[in-house]
Amino acid sequence: MRGYSGAPLLATAESSPWLLARRSISDGRFAVLVLFLPPALLLFTLFVVLPIGEAAWYSGFNWNGFGRPTAWIGLDNYRFVLETRAFWLALRNNGLIIAVSLLIQLPLALTLALILAERFRGVVALRMLFFLPYILAEIATGLIFSFVYDGDYGLVASIWHWFGAEAPHLLANTQTAMVAVLLVIVWKYFGFHMMLYIAALQGMDRSLIEAARIDGATRPQLLRYVVIPTLYPTIRLSVFFSIVGSLQLFDLVMPLTRGGPADSSNTLVTFLYNNGISRMRVGYGSAIGVILFVICVTFAFTYKRWFMRDE
Amino acid sequence: MGSLTSGVLRRLVLAAAALMVAAAGAAADTTVKWLHIEVNPAQVKIWEEVARAYEAAHPGVKVEMQFLENEAYKAKLPTILQSKDRPHIIYSWAGGVLKAQIEAGVLEDITDQVKGYSDTITPAALAAFTQNGRVYGLPIALSQVGFLYNKVLLAKANVDPAQIKAWDDLLAAVTALKAAGLTPIVVGGADKWPLHFYWTHLAVRIGGRAAFDAALRGENGGFEGETFQKSGELFKQLVDLQPFQNGFLGFKNPQAVGYFGDGKAAMTLAISTVYHLQRALAADKVGLGEDKIGWFDFPVVPGGKGEPTDTLGGITGWLITKGAPKEATDFLEFFISKDVQTKLATGNFLIPVVKGAEVGLNNAFMKQIADNLAKSNYHQNFYDQSLGPSVGRVVNDVTAEIAGGSMTPQQAATAIQAAWKQGN
Repeated sequence: MRGYSGAPLLATAESSPWLLARRSISDGRFAVLVLFLPPALLLFTLFVVLPIGEAAWYSGFNWNGFGRPTAWIGLDNYRFVLETRAFWLALRNNGLIIAVSLLIQLPLALTLALILAERFRGVVALRMLFFLPYILAEIATGLIFSFVYDGDYGLVASIWHWFGAEAPHLLANTQTAMVAVLLVIVWKYFGFHMMLYIAALQGMDRSLIEAARIDGATRPQLLRYVVIPTLYPTIRLSVFFSIVGSLQLFDLVMPLTRGGPADSSNTLVTFLYNNGISRMRVGYGSAIGVILFVICVTFAFTYKRWFMRDE
Repeated sequence: MGSLTSGVLRRLVLAAAALMVAAAGAAADTTVKWLHIEVNPAQVKIWEEVARAYEAAHPGVKVEMQFLENEAYKAKLPTILQSKDRPHIIYSWAGGVLKAQIEAGVLEDITDQVKGYSDTITPAALAAFTQNGRVYGLPIALSQVGFLYNKVLLAKANVDPAQIKAWDDLLAAVTALKAAGLTPIVVGGADKWPLHFYWTHLAVRIGGRAAFDAALRGENGGFEGETFQKSGELFKQLVDLQPFQNGFLGFKNPQAVGYFGDGKAAMTLAISTVYHLQRALAADKVGLGEDKIGWFDFPVVPGGKGEPTDTLGGITGWLITKGAPKEATDFLEFFISKDVQTKLATGNFLIPVVKGAEVGLNNAFMKQIADNLAKSNYHQNFYDQSLGPSVGRVVNDVTAEIAGGSMTPQQAATAIQAAWKQGN
């Protein structure tokens, strides 16, 4: 939208603010501002800024959610949260999800994308197949996998039984529950990242590759020096989605484990739900929410500043 | 001219008819919204019939049933209660949650409306829904927690349920069942509260009413006191025998009840209603018949201060929410009348709370439970309800942690006391 008539005007050195404003009004820029900014600003304030402010306000109270909050306890809720072992477990789990997303999910998605960006028979069907898990609703996925993992009747159990062994209840063990959840996360979301990469690969300028070939680049060199560097913007975006998605993960975990056993598979959001909402401790829950918000915002801004400056 | 008058007449008739329709419509405007959590289809069917019968007797009133799953219901309740579109009748386990709701002013005081009628209800049950002499709801059923067992499996391991009187007898029975290659106990550990029955009932046996009341007042070390430490230790003795089915921490309660109904485990510590519920939740929808299922009370702890007749269980009922129409309370009175309660007792769905309705009980098991409850001088409501939503959930958490081996009994008691101090 750089071609919009207002932009070059802004750049001219001799235009005073007054002149600018007048020109803006005359060329309809001001009208656009007046017409289009308030609705967006209003919605943003109503549904984003106000709730954040409210959560911050509630986090100072010992409040069960009924009536008005009255018992002001300052920063105690934050202290209670930090003293809860489950909070640190949840934080660790979020870290695990990010690590697995970056180290397993993204390389897997990239590899598949490099293969499936080519044209060959059945490629569209394969792409669809890998993308399907992403379309499934999170709750449905969770339920399906809770059956798959069931130690008595599930798919995993029948594989074990086939070998004549007694099947483990993966979701009922503090050691394995989180691993099982991580597997489902990779299964569900790799297709999405694969599609991002495929789209980027298809939008790539083919002449670059041809030029490199003419220069005598081998296939690994082509990948290393031409294809992957052109994918950097997409990779940065995909990493961003992975991390933000992992911080928000909730609906996949609830039907699988509800964050259990013994809080071993909570994410920050399921921890918030289990300890704030289910217990009618709105103040405590709000404190968790604020902490999560600070983590997200800090991440989003630093990431944008460091890695996505040009986009 | 003739045609004109007839036209006017016809219009008048039409207008009158329209008015009548409108009037009828206005009368039918009262809808009583009733939110329940019952999963047993046989019981829901009877409720539906009661609702339809009430509608037939009260033209212009519609009773609308809404359903939410147990855990979802507990989580959503505060939000539901404060919305404008809240249901008029909601389910309740009394206790601390009810107290929080009363204090928040989201419930309707129905004392005056139920005056006279309330005399027909068992006083102890009504008291659970009364605060400072004001009534906010009506009880519908009582229940007791105890062991249900599978007669066939116990016989296989040569365990005589009549001999399980003390805690050590239970441990011995578990050992014998394990030796016979059976799963001694099934429990829905993912829901946590089925596990909290053990810890709580042990506390009822060890300390009796006095210990619980003292803990509430913060005396004798509160919930960190001797009684509660010992409850955890005895529970740990059981846990160390690995009495539960494989993967018990991943089982939700309905799954566990179905597992028992399928005859895959010898015993389950459950609410008395499970006696019937297991049939609906068994894989074959038949479950264990009368000849295969039995009951024994929670074993006593030698030297414990609690009476053997003390019971742990629920007092469940219905609350009227703020601003509900008069018809909601009226419907409840109809619903919790001697006729309907006798009918529900005859179907063995509940231990009735209306005096005289227990004659409907025609099943030895239900009569036994009713008898136990009548003899009980101390009926402890479920801790996760009576301690309020916040501390109650911590009790559930820590008992699940003891069961999973990630907390010691001491740590568990300390965690509950810490939550109690943090308050809610």
